[in-house]
Amino acid sequence: MTIDSFLIMRHEILLLAIILLLVAGEIFIPENKKNSMVHLAIFLFGLHTVIGFLPIEEDSMFGGSFHTNDLIHFFKSVLNVGVLILLLISADWLQEKIVSQNRGTEFFILMFSSLFGMYFMISAGDFLMFYLGLELSTLPVAALAAYNITKRISSESGIKFILSSALASGVSLFGMSMLYATSGSIYFNDIIEVIAPSNLTLLGAVLFFAGLAFKISLVPFHFWTADVYEGAPISIASYLSVISKGAAVFILMILLFTVLKPLIHAWENIVYSIALATMFIGNLFALRQQNMKRFLAFSSIAQAGFILLGLITGTQLGTATIVYFVLIYICSNLAAFGVVQSISLQTGKENMSDYEGLYRTNPNLSLVMMLALFSLAGIPPVAGFFGKFFLFTAAASEGYYLLVFFAVVNVIISLYYYLLVVRAMFLRKSDHPIPFFKNNLYMRLGLILTVIGILVLGLYSPLYDYIYELSSVFN
Amino acid sequence: MDILSLFLTVPIITVLVLFFTKGLQQIRLVSMMGSIIQLGMAIHLIFAYFNERAVNDSIMVFTKDIIWFKHLNIHYAIGVDGISVALLLLTAIVVLAGVFISWKIKDLPKEFFISLLVLSIGVYGFFISLDLFTMFVFFEIAVIPMYLLIGIWGSGPKEYSAMKLTLMLMGASAVLLVGILGIYFNSNADGGALTFNILEIAQVNIPVEAQKLFFPLTFIGFAVIGALFPFHTWSPDGHASAPTAVSMLHAGVLMKLGGYGVFRVAMYLLPEGTMHWSWIFIILSVIGVIYGAFAAIKQTDLKYINAYSSVSHLGLVLFALLMLNKTSWNGAILQSLSHGFMTALFFALIGMIYERTLTRNVTKLGGLLKVIPFISVVYVIGGLASLGLPGLSGFVAEMNIFVGAFQHEDMFYRVATIISVSAIVVTAVYILRVVGIMLMGPVKNNEFLSLSRVTWYEKTGILLLLIPIVGIGVAPLWLSDMILKSVQPFIEGVL
Repeated sequence: MTIDSFLIMRHEILLLAIILLLVAGEIFIPENKKNSMVHLAIFLFGLHTVIGFLPIEEDSMFGGSFHTNDLIHFFKSVLNVGVLILLLISADWLQEKIVSQNRGTEFFILMFSSLFGMYFMISAGDFLMFYLGLELSTLPVAALAAYNITKRISSESGIKFILSSALASGVSLFGMSMLYATSGSIYFNDIIEVIAPSNLTLLGAVLFFAGLAFKISLVPFHFWTADVYEGAPISIASYLSVISKGAAVFILMILLFTVLKPLIHAWENIVYSIALATMFIGNLFALRQQNMKRFLAFSSIAQAGFILLGLITGTQLGTATIVYFVLIYICSNLAAFGVVQSISLQTGKENMSDYEGLYRTNPNLSLVMMLALFSLAGIPPVAGFFGKFFLFTAAASEGYYLLVFFAVVNVIISLYYYLLVVRAMFLRKSDHPIPFFKNNLYMRLGLILTVIGILVLGLYSPLYDYIYELSSVFN
Repeated sequence: MDILSLFLTVPIITVLVLFFTKGLQQIRLVSMMGSIIQLGMAIHLIFAYFNERAVNDSIMVFTKDIIWFKHLNIHYAIGVDGISVALLLLTAIVVLAGVFISWKIKDLPKEFFISLLVLSIGVYGFFISLDLFTMFVFFEIAVIPMYLLIGIWGSGPKEYSAMKLTLMLMGASAVLLVGILGIYFNSNADGGALTFNILEIAQVNIPVEAQKLFFPLTFIGFAVIGALFPFHTWSPDGHASAPTAVSMLHAGVLMKLGGYGVFRVAMYLLPEGTMHWSWIFIILSVIGVIYGAFAAIKQTDLKYINAYSSVSHLGLVLFALLMLNKTSWNGAILQSLSHGFMTALFFALIGMIYERTLTRNVTKLGGLLKVIPFISVVYVIGGLASLGLPGLSGFVAEMNIFVGAFQHEDMFYRVATIISVSAIVVTAVYILRVVGIMLMGPVKNNEFLSLSRVTWYEKTGILLLLIPIVGIGVAPLWLSDMILKSVQPFIEGVL
């Protein structure tokens, strides 16, 4: 192992450097200039995101505990882009509410630590590294969820999150130990060779799956979602719903498609039923939500159900569509959360009825929201349509026509509640609409990035072809 | 840029320019110019088509094929035959007439015209697509602006109607999606690659079981927008709540997507499925024909009358297609065109009457012929075309449909034909009843004596629609000839 081989950890090392720089900045930058920490952090992370796109060698380290390849590398960059957009739409909130309480830097450190954990989680080559990454990505988020310390609901959300995620990790760890018991190794490569369907392995796989299902908030492990989203600051809710969920989906996919592939006949039934339950319950509960955060929480549960349509296939097509869908989902959901964030920050309003007549006062914000919702609903020509269509194609390619049929029924249910928001913004007139306001530069930049993503990701096909080619590594 | 892609680029550019316009005058001017260019292109395309046809006898001409998503073999594949050319012309005319009729729109005019043009992009794209995926994309693009168009600028229970219409049509497209995926994954049945291309799939012998499974999904997916009974309920509510231009475009053009998709995709690609299931859809379409006509008799709201009459007329289109006969297919296409012009004309006139009298209730109107003669006379002409008077477009279409349908020797088909022919009588009843009550007789309300005159833009819009109705009626042969030649390969594919 030479110094060069550390280069495959470029993402991790750079992010660690940023975290340390921020700690140094926190120490040396005087109290009255703390606002510049926000600029610094965003700038550094932007730089990190750009550098992240440079190609990387496929290799593994630490005796196989840590490995990377083009797809993993690409996915880390996708997470980076998501976090960057998230920072941009949170900048205003940080500057106005958090920096004045002198807690700005911790926010970045916690968030980057969590992202750091995710890097290790998706690069893991054994269960130990995986578990460390999982925990590191979860614990800081609990602190972040309770970041509005003056609000009781925020602390409650933090507690809820940490308790339920501790339980989930425990369950997951129990599952891993059973897999270890049957195979005698924690290394993925070793397990692949010896794994065979036996009762203990199946139980292990199911428990392991349950732990990750919690992070993706699949039914029946979704009960924490709406409460935590509602209580947590909007930035953290969006972090949980896109970044955290995206990373968990990705590692779940890798493990199912490689390590647990021999058990496919067992887990495809589980995935089938959970997909149905998640789509229906997420969508039906979303129908009557009034609070926009809870609304987006249930909508994101339902979206996770759609992702399972790609997961059930176990093919290259499935891998490609999942990564593609997650990328699109990051853009669409962050756009929606961004609008909610900006309105909540300017006016403190978070209910759907407050959005009535929004188009007449804030046309641009309404258009962004409409595009985001159409993308989530899957209406062409915005990107969400292509993501969903390819997921359905992937499921249909393995003959799951009935599942696809139920999924399209769910698309219609979801269209109804997404249109409710459009109705409030465009169709209704209000006596007290949200007055016109201008967003700051970061927010506008963040929203523009998401809109570009929503408009371009679908129509620009080479991107999908690129992901498809990368996906060959797991099949 | 090829001649067909221009049908997408011109409206897209118009929409982009509209984003930057300021003031009502500019918005009107840009929308009008854009639509006039589209109409010019559509007329040019007819001549270009005839020239091309003389030297090129493949099924589709002006074809172009660009790979879009290569791993799924999705292409941007376009091409036209005589049928699509005629429907493109219909679209261009109705869009332009719609722009003229909406001249006076005040609330959010820019957004209105943008939505209208986006809708037209969807329709144009649908008619030129040869790739199922692209076709599906355009289908949904055509549907979704309806929500905003009805919801923002509509009248009456507009939120309810807009939601109902959108959900039913998108629901249909969801069913269609499963059908399309089913066709796609069976398109390699003969050992080739998976493909979405219609012409390529038509060469493949899709397994009979798969055809039987996916035909109903595909057929219903398209037929809902063609107002197939019992999935027609979105149509009367939607039309009644929509603003004038949207009703015109929707009934005139958007509903034609149904019949077009049915024969281009469902029947052409799944012939054995068609044979297996056609009886049930024949029954449904005959019910639609009769039910629509009788429902129209009972209505008092002018828009509902016209909406139910659309259900009846478009039921006839589906009926004619299911008769699987060259003449009746020709009639189906002619009926689509004729109904497109006719119903757009009716909705335009109804809008004009409503603007002046502030009511659409037939029983409150009377003697309009004396006060607004232009509108009334055109209404009578449109009505006569609708009930199939020779010399107007409706006759040509219905004649073809019934002559073709009756050629079938099977008793079931003959009975179905006889039942649907009887709808013509009912049509005469509701049309003449409205003409009698609304246009003839004494002027019921003294306020009607001071109704404003018809303006130049309204007249232009009306004439645009009236000319083809008379044109098709008087000189149908060139059109009928063009359509017959294009129908030939498709009917052969099904039989």
